[in-house]
Amino acid sequence: MTQPAPTDLKVADTLDCSGLLCPLPVYKTALALGTLSPGDVLELICTDPGSLEDIPAMARQRGDTLVGLEDRKGTQIFWIEKGRST
Amino acid sequence: MTTAHSLTAVDAAPGAESEPRRKRIALVASKGTLDQAYPPLILATTAASLGWEAGIYFTFYGLDILHEERLAKLKVASLANPSGPVQLPNLLGALPGATAAATKVMRKWMSDAKMPTVPEFIEMAQGLGVRFFACATTMGVMGVEESDLIQGCDIAGAAAFLDFAAESDVQLFV
Repeated sequence: MTQPAPTDLKVADTLDCSGLLCPLPVYKTALALGTLSPGDVLELICTDPGSLEDIPAMARQRGDTLVGLEDRKGTQIFWIEKGRST
Repeated sequence: MTTAHSLTAVDAAPGAESEPRRKRIALVASKGTLDQAYPPLILATTAASLGWEAGIYFTFYGLDILHEERLAKLKVASLANPSGPVQLPNLLGALPGATAAATKVMRKWMSDAKMPTVPEFIEMAQGLGVRFFACATTMGVMGVEESDLIQGCDIAGAAAFLDFAAESDVQLFV
């Protein structure tokens, strides 16, 4: 379940949610995205297996775009491009 | 039927056309135990993180979650709770100290998992604009005053909550 991020991706901010369970990764991601501008990319690191479903769902609901996802042995890295939402 | 004045619904149609209608969740929190305080707060906080509008109607024992003195002292039932953190036969679950023990274990589970406490969740939810409705009837029945509640609650009857819930996409009773 990997979707390589574009190689020329510029990351505006990184958020490490290692060790955190739902709803904290989603909550913290929302706060982090709130500080970014549309088009900016947030790099998000999670270890909760639920995040594999939660983060794509969050992007769908908010209108952000998941531009990349890597699942590395219990650690997931997401790249989320902020949409026009909040 | 016509009336001279018009009632403004809580969620009258959005004024600005450019602003798309946000999804909305309406939750009822009816239980006042520590374990049952979490689900409505988690769901509302998550919904608000998704950009939804979220509101929780705290009714009956659920009102304790908004009670300034009680919200940090919510407990887990040790009696008649076969899934509880301290698995005891009911006869032993009724012993003095059993509820405190079950509560202590649940608090440790939560803290070991880095989960926020109930007061922390309340702060997170309010920070994201989650609306808290305090059931007016419960307040009357149980002798709870507005000054007993945390700041930022709307005291509301069932009609006001249903007015909010009528325009919601998801409704859940906890």
